[in-house]
Order: sequence, then C-alpha cells, then structure tokens
Amino acid sequence: MSTTAADDQFYREYILDHYKNPRNFGRLENPDITHEEDNPLCGDVVGMDFRVKDGVIEDIRFHGRGCAISQASASLLTERLKGMPLDEAKKIDKNDVLGELGIEISPARIKCALLSLKVLKVGAYGLADDDDNEENR
Amino acid sequence: MSTNGARHLDVAAIRKDFPIFETGIAYLDSANTSQRPRQVTGAMLDYFEHFNSNIHRAAYHIAEVATERYEDTREKVRNFINAASTKEIIYTRGTTEAINLVAYSWGRKNVKSGDLIVLTILDHHSNIVPWQILAAEKGATIEFVDIDERGELRQDQFRELLARSPKLVSFGQVSNALGTINPALEMVAAAKAAGATVLVDGAQGAPHQGVDVRALGCDFYAFSGHKMLGPTGAGILYGRRELLEAMDPFQSGGDMIKTVRIEGTTYHDLPWKFEAGTQAIGEVIGLGAAVDYLSGLGMDAVRAHEREITEYAYEALSDIEGLTLYGPTLARRAGVISFSLEGIHPHDLATIADRDQVCLRAGHHCAMPLMTRLGVAATARASFYVYTQKDEVDRLVGSIKEAQRIFK
Repeated sequence: MSTTAADDQFYREYILDHYKNPRNFGRLENPDITHEEDNPLCGDVVGMDFRVKDGVIEDIRFHGRGCAISQASASLLTERLKGMPLDEAKKIDKNDVLGELGIEISPARIKCALLSLKVLKVGAYGLADDDDNEENR
Repeated sequence: MSTNGARHLDVAAIRKDFPIFETGIAYLDSANTSQRPRQVTGAMLDYFEHFNSNIHRAAYHIAEVATERYEDTREKVRNFINAASTKEIIYTRGTTEAINLVAYSWGRKNVKSGDLIVLTILDHHSNIVPWQILAAEKGATIEFVDIDERGELRQDQFRELLARSPKLVSFGQVSNALGTINPALEMVAAAKAAGATVLVDGAQGAPHQGVDVRALGCDFYAFSGHKMLGPTGAGILYGRRELLEAMDPFQSGGDMIKTVRIEGTTYHDLPWKFEAGTQAIGEVIGLGAAVDYLSGLGMDAVRAHEREITEYAYEALSDIEGLTLYGPTLARRAGVISFSLEGIHPHDLATIADRDQVCLRAGHHCAMPLMTRLGVAATARASFYVYTQKDEVDRLVGSIKEAQRIFK
C-alpha cells in the first residue's frame, strides 16, 4: 500500500498513461479498412480504422472502451502500426503484443491484452478467427 | 439493527468449519458460488471412501447405505422448502438444468404458437436462453418486465403483461446482479390468477432467503446446491406433482424406466422419471449435508446476518467518492452489491483486489440484457453469505482505495 503508482509492477506508469491518454484515439473519415471486436465477457470493445497507401499504413485510429489492459494494448499497437508496411504488420504476433505491454499477464486477462491484435488480424487481414485457442492457452 | 429476534450467527465459529479461510482470502463472491464447510465435504468423502457404489440396483450393504443417503437428501430438501412430497423433488445438476428440464418437458408439450412467455430484465441467462430456444421452436413470444430507476421490477408493466394471459411466467426470486428481492409472493399470486404456469428461479433465493414453496404457490422452483454451501453438480427442481406427472421425461435411459421391452418402455414413477443415468450421488449426499448445515443455523439467522453485513458494506461503499451503486435500497436488497468506479474498469479493480486476496466478481454476471438496460458493459460485484465478516468488507474498501490511488 505504500508504493507509488509509478512503482506498480502491473499498472506501470506507461500503461496507465496509454489508458488515460490513448494515442491515435478516434475515427478516420473514409478509412480503407475498419473493423471492431469485442470481448463480451468483460465488455471490452476495440475498433480500428486504417488508411493504407502503397502498401503502407499511412494513418490509423482506434476507438473503444474497456479495461486499462485492453485500451493500453490498443494504443501501443497503433503507435507501432503507424507508418508500417502491411507485410511487416502481418508478422506481428501474440508475443510482440505481450512484449510491448511488458507486464506479466495472467490467463484471466490475456483476452484483454490481445483484443487489439484480434482486430488487426481479423479486420485488416481478413484472416479467419482461428486464434481463439491460442489466446486461451 | 433489524434482526427481528433471530438468533445471531456466530461467524467466528462458522468460519472454522470452512478450511478455505485459512488461506487468508476475503471471499466476496458467494452469489457466484459459495464456499463449502467440512460437514459437506466430509459427508461426500465418507461416501467416496466408505460406501461408494451405485444406487437403486445393487443388492449389497454399501449400496443400500448409498441409496439411503441419496434418498435422505430428498426428504431434507422437501422439508427445507416445505414441499408436500418427496415425489416433487427432482435432482438436477443445478438451476440451469432444472430450468432446461421444465423448458423441455413441460414447455414442448404445453407452449404453442402465439403463446406469451413473461420473463424479466433482471433474469440470469439461465432463465432466458432456454425460453428463447423454446419460443423460437414453437413460435411463441417473450416479453420482459422492465425495472425502475431503483432496479426494482415495474409491477405496473407486469400487470399489463398478465392481462395478455401469458402461458408461462418465470422470474428470479432475487436478482444475482443487483440483489433485488422481488415481491415473489405477490407476483406468483397475480400470475396464477391470470392463468399462467409459474416458475421461480430460486438460485439466489433458496440459499439466502429460504422458501416455502407451498406458501409461495409457484408451479416450479429451481435452485443450485453450490450456491448454498453444497457441492457443484447437484441442484433441485421442485415441481407440483400433477404437473410433473403429466410431463414427459427429460433425458432417458437407465434408472428412469419401469420396464423396457422391444415394443416400448414404461417410465418410472416420480421423482425418478426425471433422473436418467447414474446420478451425482456423492454431490447429492453433500447437498443433504449443506441443507442440514443451513437448517442448523436457521434461515432467519442467515437472513439477519446478511442484512447486517449488507448494511455495513452499503454504507462503507456509499462513502467512497466516485463510486456508483446499482440496485435497490437496503429494504429490498439481498446480500449483493453491484458497483462501478469512475475511470476504473471493474476488471482492473478485480485484478487489484486479487493482489490483496480479495475475491471480487467483475463482469456482466450472466445478465447481459440487464447490463444493456443499465447502460454499462460490466460492474464489480461483492456478495455475502453466512461466513462473511466485516473485516472482509474493510479489505474490499482498502482495495478500492488502492485502485483509486493507482488510477488517479
């Protein structure tokens, strides 16, 4: 109880910062790709709008609501995706997203952490929703 | 304090019966599943270690003991809910299976195209989905009774729906998500007067309020053992005998038959007609021990203790800035408090509480229509039982303050 917020090993300062001041938050007008996913169990929602030019993600916005982990994860992911070639973005996986978060995620919270990756995969790449099992592991 | 002269629970002594508290947890999720005392696990262990055998068929001593203990629970439950006969006490896996049994065996025979089924926005998914499936199959309509701003069912709207002569009315005695104690007696009487068959979902009622099914006057009453100090996998469907007699079996196979011939089968008498296959014998025996335990405490004393704890928690939480409480005032509230914190998602609160070994529920509480109605995706929920002590509530308050400090 005597720690300060900055010392918290789970709710690290940058996670709380991304939660309270999300980057690339909002909507794009006439996006090339738009997709939204939710996690009905806890009510987390994340959606992303992409503007793609010459195979590069020129601009990106996300919207949604939910817990600090789902929203910070989405914010961090958009920072990473902005300006990235689609081919490269395609290679982003679960470990990259968890690594970026940089905290130990319990099984109960893994779906929160990976919701934004699901938006990227299912929406932007039209990949089948086949990573549910992976998330549950 | 509103104890109405009921005996005061000796919570410190009660907690000694629950080994799980030696781990140091503050357990505030009893509406989800309760903890189980040694008396319950001991009765089950006794069966598994000393007279494990199948019931109703073997001609040796330990099987006779097993059968006797299994059937003893039926009488204990009959007495606990004041049913007229043990023939009206059907073992199920829990409330969900009990309601599914009624939807299948009674519903498929009696609900027709154009019929109206009345449910409420407070209901648990287990009292919604089976009726949605039935309604879709039969072409029946479902209407939901709404709540007012206090989270209490709108009785005016309920009466309007009753005027449309519903075939079935099914509602929860107590809301698992808001803790609202519904006026079940009045609602059942009005629904019966309107000619409806009435099911009361007692999952949150039987463990905390208790029930007298004959005074209540419902046709069916469903509840779970695991929310009332018993094990998972054993629950009860009470049904009025004449309705159960007229119903077809739910599942079929061994033990539910009288004779099976190639030309056809005759079914067993009540209650066994609805108990196909080898049952959860150890769990049913555990449920009997749970009923004994609760009866020993006295349901008046259980209610009084829960009122006291709920009052204490309600006041403690009301004092916290940025905290929104959902649901009714204390007068109509069971031992459940749903709330949210400004700027902190319930899951984040639950994670922080967990670090203090405070077990708190966060989510939609299997009541998504209600969450939609309230305009929230999820709430945090604390719920109490016979073993809950004020210190656990204090620890929750500590976790909330810690969460507010982290998220400030």
